[in-house]
Amino acid sequence: MLRLVVRRLLQLIPTLLGLSVLLFLWLNRLPGGPASAILGERATEAEVARINRALGLDQPVWVQYGRFLKRVVQLDLGTSTQTGQPVWEEFTLRFPATVELSIAAMLIAIAVGIPLGYFAARRRGGWLDVTAVSGSLLGICVPVFFLALILKGIFAVNLGVFPSYGRQSTGIDATEVTGFAILDGILTGEFDASWDAITHLVLPAVTLASIPLAVIVRMTRASVLEVLGEDYIRTAESKGLEQRVVRVRHILRNALLPVVTAVGLLTGSLLSGAVLTESVFSFGGIGSFIRTAIDARDYPVLVGFIMFIAMVYVLINLFVDLAYSLIDPRVRVH
Amino acid sequence: MASTTTRADKIDRLAELTAQQEAHGGASLWREAFRRLRASKMAVIGAVIIAVFVVLAVIGPWIAPYGPTEQAWRGEVFPNQGRFVGPRGENWFGLDHLGRDEFSRMLVGARQTLLVGVVSMLIGLVVGALVGALSGAAATLGGASGKRLDSFVMRVTDMLLALPSLLLAVSIAAVMGQSLTTVMIAVGVVQVPVFARLLRGSMLAQGGSDYVLAARALGVRRRRIVLTQILPNSLSPVIVQATLSLATAIIEAAALSYLGLGNPDPAVPEWGVMLSQAQRFFDNAPMMSVYPAVGIIITALGFTLLGEAMREALDPKLRG
Amino acid sequence: MPLLSVDELTVTFGGGRGRKESKAVNGVSFDVDQGQVVGLVGESGCGKSVTSLALMGLLPKKGVRTGGRADFDGTDLLTLAPSRMRDMRGRKIAMIFQDPLSSLNPVVPIGIQVTEILARHRGMKGEAARKEAAHLLDRVGIPDPDRRLKEYPHQLSGGMRQRALIAMAVACAPRLLIADEPTTALDVTIQAQILELLKELVDQQGTALLMITHDLGVVAGLCDQVNVLYAGKVVESTGRRELFAHPTHPYANGLLGSIPRLDAPRGTPLTPIRGSINDQIAWADGCAFAPRCDHYTMECLTGTPELAEPRAAGHQVRCVNPIMADPEAPPVVTAESDTASGSSDEPSAPDTPTEEVPA
Repeated sequence: MLRLVVRRLLQLIPTLLGLSVLLFLWLNRLPGGPASAILGERATEAEVARINRALGLDQPVWVQYGRFLKRVVQLDLGTSTQTGQPVWEEFTLRFPATVELSIAAMLIAIAVGIPLGYFAARRRGGWLDVTAVSGSLLGICVPVFFLALILKGIFAVNLGVFPSYGRQSTGIDATEVTGFAILDGILTGEFDASWDAITHLVLPAVTLASIPLAVIVRMTRASVLEVLGEDYIRTAESKGLEQRVVRVRHILRNALLPVVTAVGLLTGSLLSGAVLTESVFSFGGIGSFIRTAIDARDYPVLVGFIMFIAMVYVLINLFVDLAYSLIDPRVRVH
Repeated sequence: MASTTTRADKIDRLAELTAQQEAHGGASLWREAFRRLRASKMAVIGAVIIAVFVVLAVIGPWIAPYGPTEQAWRGEVFPNQGRFVGPRGENWFGLDHLGRDEFSRMLVGARQTLLVGVVSMLIGLVVGALVGALSGAAATLGGASGKRLDSFVMRVTDMLLALPSLLLAVSIAAVMGQSLTTVMIAVGVVQVPVFARLLRGSMLAQGGSDYVLAARALGVRRRRIVLTQILPNSLSPVIVQATLSLATAIIEAAALSYLGLGNPDPAVPEWGVMLSQAQRFFDNAPMMSVYPAVGIIITALGFTLLGEAMREALDPKLRG
Repeated sequence: MPLLSVDELTVTFGGGRGRKESKAVNGVSFDVDQGQVVGLVGESGCGKSVTSLALMGLLPKKGVRTGGRADFDGTDLLTLAPSRMRDMRGRKIAMIFQDPLSSLNPVVPIGIQVTEILARHRGMKGEAARKEAAHLLDRVGIPDPDRRLKEYPHQLSGGMRQRALIAMAVACAPRLLIADEPTTALDVTIQAQILELLKELVDQQGTALLMITHDLGVVAGLCDQVNVLYAGKVVESTGRRELFAHPTHPYANGLLGSIPRLDAPRGTPLTPIRGSINDQIAWADGCAFAPRCDHYTMECLTGTPELAEPRAAGHQVRCVNPIMADPEAPPVVTAESDTASGSSDEPSAPDTPTEEVPA
């Protein structure tokens, strides 16, 4: 087990190194280069040269790359040109909001998607199946930000059931402990603050859940259909087992294996969905921050974010691999 | 004499009865797949949507009642005061925020949208398939250097897949500046690793199959096996993915536009750009967003339906 | 009264979605007495497996229609409510399948797969169930059962997997055991051991065995009564000795002629049946076997032939032109001996579990 972890972590290194090379090249290719990013477009040539020297841009490329890499490894991702604060601090500040949102979205997608996919497969061709399949096909075709707009328009603006933006109502003065709004409310006993945070979370989380939900439904359905045709299901039925036992122990335990992998991969793409969702709901997480960074061409933030996401993605995949080896005995042996 | 006639009779009778029992057997994979496609409701709906969309894209600019940039009704729309004009006799879909005819812009925009989808998909397909075929061939043809090349290529695609597609597109757009070409390249590049992995994986799977082993045992040269056996048999998932990619490309292009990286040229209305401009006025004029959004959704749905139906039709496992 | 009496069983697939209906089982009748071993023999596609699934109530509900009766111990299995059928399965009727690897759940330890049936039908739980499971594994000849209980199917050898499946099937001492090609997926050396084990178990428990196979060697070694199926109908039904001595339907005759025999003189050619099971005509139009038959006449192409007893009482044959002469090959002695010693592909090696080493 430990060897697997170490090996996978070692495999990470070339991937992240390659990525850093790409990012470095990308930074150097940016129109105008870093100097004009700092000075603006009206800089004189002398000013540009001075900045370039200060940034070490007159040195050979590999020296520059070495410095870039050193900074990245030290989590020194530079300073945001929007806020003037270190990028890493900006991320840690906003991290809890995005994590909260992503987890909520994933929970919705899993809790709805797996049962829906299962029953759609069991009643193949029935109304539930047709609805689930067409709904999930439609789900991946709706642009995320448009879904956000529609949900916001209906439930927040017209019906007023949920708040339309932010993580917390202005009147609520919540004590911050961990930065996770719901958890903080529970920890400090301010349950109204937790509830307030939950109502703020509903619409963004549902929006963000749409694509993973669609994928999980279809994945579960396909997987269950495949398992239903397996000989061991026939064996289980031939033993006269209770339906519940057949469903949980024989069908789902096998059918959910590929779904676990899919959930891992989806968590990565959730983060880019968060950029769109958070910006529509002005949810103060990393996503909203990236959205403004794109507008402001805040490159240090973008580079930092890409490195950060790549790391998260790879770690999640590592986690999925480990989980997989725990639930599938065939993998464990090899 | 009599006995020969009975013999002939009984053979004829047997042939006749046997023929009645014989169903469609021995159809080729592609013919069988096509038959299944035609029988699939999903495929038919998808194909009809695509056909309508393509026809619109071709004739749209000619049948549009007004020019897409004509601000003929500029005096009637005041976005700052929340005053918009909805559907009416002369403007079927109402006016946009600059007083242009929304219906005409939708018609003209169909072509741009199709263009963005097709070009992006082709970029992803061509580059991805080349990389994938190279990698797959290197792995199949064997040799230590082939394996090394393959694993290097796969590392790189792994890396690209680790990036959320939207951010990859944003990074590319940041380097290239704002234009329609940028959007197409950015969306296309995102698809490259997808196609590459798919074709390579499919080639490796075919490479391990028994008919390849048989060809090898017959002494067919490896290069020839790759070109005449493995590659043609590996293409079906790529074709399916190409169809699905058209949908993704159109949606992704819309998302890029929303992030402010779309085509800034007002003369070429593209549905994604129209949607991203209209969404700012969503609270006062929701329909202005709904038209391009529904256009995007239905089109994407058409390609998705057809793609999924093709996937099912081509999957030997699902055949009953 | 027989334990199981199948009467005019039909199973129809398809219809709808523009697909042609097809009758996989087309009026099959046979009986199984208490403790009797009955063979259901035919090529793949003849409807033998579908028959067994119909008896178990394991056919998909959608797109499948069954007709006729299958009386088991006084109840018709075909019309039994699903919940009561569920109680019946595993307890009174059990089944073992062809491919032992795919028939075991890959992600659940063998132990749980055995104890779950004990929990279901015998109300055993915890340590008692585990002990009984170990005992069952031991009984089917799996060495070191306590260790095997914790293992997963991929850790067992092919023969051992089939033994484990047999252990599950006999766990509740069922009245009837249906074995669908139980040895086809196994190595030849293991096949004989498994057959031996089956025979031993059904003898001990007084269980009747319905043996579904394409392998006449299995029939020769095991079955009391044999039903030969072709295209969803029984074409010949008789005792094992009678079948081997006087195969009367051209199909049964062909089956016997197409297997190698040790007692035939050197140089005697094998005579395969020409064509494949796909070359058939509808039973309604005549004899489905006619396209592959050397003896067919115009009469064979007009209407379904009926079962008759042209040769001996109790020897039923569905043929207009039965083969009345004894086979041209020297007389068949194989079937006369009580063991399977004459059958070439079946060495009757003693059951030696030691030679099964997990892969």
